[in-house]
Amino acid sequence: MKNLGIRLKKKGTPYGVKVPESKLTAKNQIEPAPLPEKVIIPLHQNIGAPCEAVVNKGDKVLTGQKIGDSDKFVNAPVHATISGEISGTTMVVNPPTAQLVEALVVTSDGADEWVKLEPPQNPEALSVKEILDRVRGAGLVGLGGAAFPTHVKLSPPKDVRIDTVILNGCECEPYITSDHRVMLEYGEKVLSGLNIIKKVLSPDSIYIAIEDNKEDAIDHMEELIVAMGFKEDFKIIPLKSKYPMGAEKILTKMILGREVPIGGLPLHVGVVVHNVSTAKAIHDAVVEGKPFVERVVTVTGAVKNPKNLLVRFGTPLRSLIDYCGGIDGKANEVILGGPMMGFSQFDLDFPVIKGTNGIIVKESTPIREQDCISCGKCIEVCPTYLMPTLLARYAKAGRYDECQQAYIDDCFECGACAYTCPANIPIVQYIKVAKRELAKRAVKK
Amino acid sequence: MIPERKFLVSPGPHLWKGLSVSKIMYRVVIALMFPTGAAIYFFGYRALSVIGVSVAAAVVTEYVCKRLRNRAFVMDGSAVVTGILLGLVLPPTIPLWMAAIGSIFAIGIVKEAFGGLGHNIFNPALGGRAFMSVSFSMQMTTWVKPMGFTADAITSATPLSESFVWQADKLSLYQAMFMGNTAGSLGETSALLIIIGGIFLLARGIINWRIPAVYIGMVALMAAALGQDPLFYILSGGLMLGAFFMATDYVTSPLTNRGKIVFAVALGVLTVMIRHFGGMPEGVCYSILFMNAITPLIDRFIKVRPYGLVKKVARGG
Repeated sequence: MKNLGIRLKKKGTPYGVKVPESKLTAKNQIEPAPLPEKVIIPLHQNIGAPCEAVVNKGDKVLTGQKIGDSDKFVNAPVHATISGEISGTTMVVNPPTAQLVEALVVTSDGADEWVKLEPPQNPEALSVKEILDRVRGAGLVGLGGAAFPTHVKLSPPKDVRIDTVILNGCECEPYITSDHRVMLEYGEKVLSGLNIIKKVLSPDSIYIAIEDNKEDAIDHMEELIVAMGFKEDFKIIPLKSKYPMGAEKILTKMILGREVPIGGLPLHVGVVVHNVSTAKAIHDAVVEGKPFVERVVTVTGAVKNPKNLLVRFGTPLRSLIDYCGGIDGKANEVILGGPMMGFSQFDLDFPVIKGTNGIIVKESTPIREQDCISCGKCIEVCPTYLMPTLLARYAKAGRYDECQQAYIDDCFECGACAYTCPANIPIVQYIKVAKRELAKRAVKK
Repeated sequence: MIPERKFLVSPGPHLWKGLSVSKIMYRVVIALMFPTGAAIYFFGYRALSVIGVSVAAAVVTEYVCKRLRNRAFVMDGSAVVTGILLGLVLPPTIPLWMAAIGSIFAIGIVKEAFGGLGHNIFNPALGGRAFMSVSFSMQMTTWVKPMGFTADAITSATPLSESFVWQADKLSLYQAMFMGNTAGSLGETSALLIIIGGIFLLARGIINWRIPAVYIGMVALMAAALGQDPLFYILSGGLMLGAFFMATDYVTSPLTNRGKIVFAVALGVLTVMIRHFGGMPEGVCYSILFMNAITPLIDRFIKVRPYGLVKKVARGG
């Protein structure tokens, strides 16, 4: 391997877990999924405020036309992802919050007629404000899973200086290969997007973090950095594959040795982490003027032909699974997102939303929880150095205050503990219950 | 089209490593086969019958207790582990009914009365042994020379007894103690096979190296500090078996790595203190039981520092 001076020393961590990667689709080229007959667009797909519908039933809409918006800052508008007619509203369960949210249904006219795109005359000349307006206008959210509105992440508070940007290409969740394929097939757009991030935040250093199970992506990005003349600006940090390497808090610690304060964000230690697919979407929004209507979704697991698909938001899971040849065998669980932190669905009519990076079909058997044997394995693997067994114990007993004293807020629910637990204790479930109860109490006070 | 089917909905993670409690227990059983093999080689039928009775009594007691408590009985292997461990720490000539009583006490009182696996304060096998030591003190301190499958048992002192005399040179004594060719409890005499079993557990990630390494190291250090022979101290008595198989018991040892080190250091100090200054020749059993009782305190005070606890000031340019 020739040394181009871009690739930094590989880093690894003793924490976290080694999970079988099962990346069945690592070599499958991205292909566009067939356009669905109707799409279901939830009006709340991001962390922050929900959107209000700006169209009425019966309205004709074009692909990329804004159909929901809000005047709140922490929000991203939603767009029609096919052309057709607003045929009604429905309620869907928002997976991360498990709350019912309103969704608009668009019935296709089969034409996929787009709104007129307005790419800037000279992308280089855009001001930071113009860039942020375009990012917000396109409805961009973080694509790593949390779906935090991107323009908010690009607008740090005035008293905070961002000295480091980390571009996250770790994709540490098993099965999922969407970021991997985006790096391989849209690498130029990813770097162009990263260059826009650089312009907005003007950090001192920019790192691209990629796990070493994607050696081809590391090589490809390295070549592109040279070819596009970013040699001085972008450095690649290969990381030893381990779950949850791609979590913001872990990357900040791994790459810079800085710990994000409990309850804080990476920006509190001068760091912003963006996902590679988000960078690609930033390029599309800013340079091509394209609204955010589609993303790469890995459909995999127990389907006949696992694929990486370019999917319009709102496409029901059913049509994508059908397109991949249907469910194989006795599989009985459909997970939106990765198998570690994703959300299982009870209904295949649920649509792909902005935060969906994968659809995993698998066979699962109910487990039987046993008593904790205090083996301490959860403590050994916890990437935030918590004592998950104690959190589960307190939560089970309803002693939520003690959960808080045991720093439950530090937990980002990666599931490494429950994955390891010999007694099959659903630790994350207990932690989620405790967090929800604590949040309820905080509201009451 | 996808035929309608019922989907399972569960919180993440949707994957599981698959190393269950019973898998862990049966791996411990496999590791225990090494010292058990040594016990059978040196003490023949006596070893087979004592360990057999102890295991059978343990499993039956567990079953009865679960029925009495109206809980599901799961053959998770923990009773088998307790049964083998208790058998291994008994003298070869112990009457079989006494072994059964000890095993019943270990499971019924030390483990199940406290709530079963995961809730016991003391290591069940050692609790059973302590109970037998006070109840059957004579039989529990009668030792014989290794006799294999021959019938005649000749009483002899263990290397830790004051009356112990070794005729040959020191090196051959170490050799005998390392291989296990001395008088002693069934499974405690052969350091070699215990270490092989321990290495198996370490390699399979079942036990943490900290407790056995620090415990044995501390005993050697303390012995040297007191002007004793460190090698003799670590090869004699129940130290090896205790360090690899008893002190590492998940339930009764501290949760955190730092807690485990504190636990093991204290074990080393206590064991040497009892052996050197106490009235008993051996201190492994009581020091582990004592530290089992201290474990909740260790867990209370020694915690892990969570990520991001030290609040750093946002960095200015």
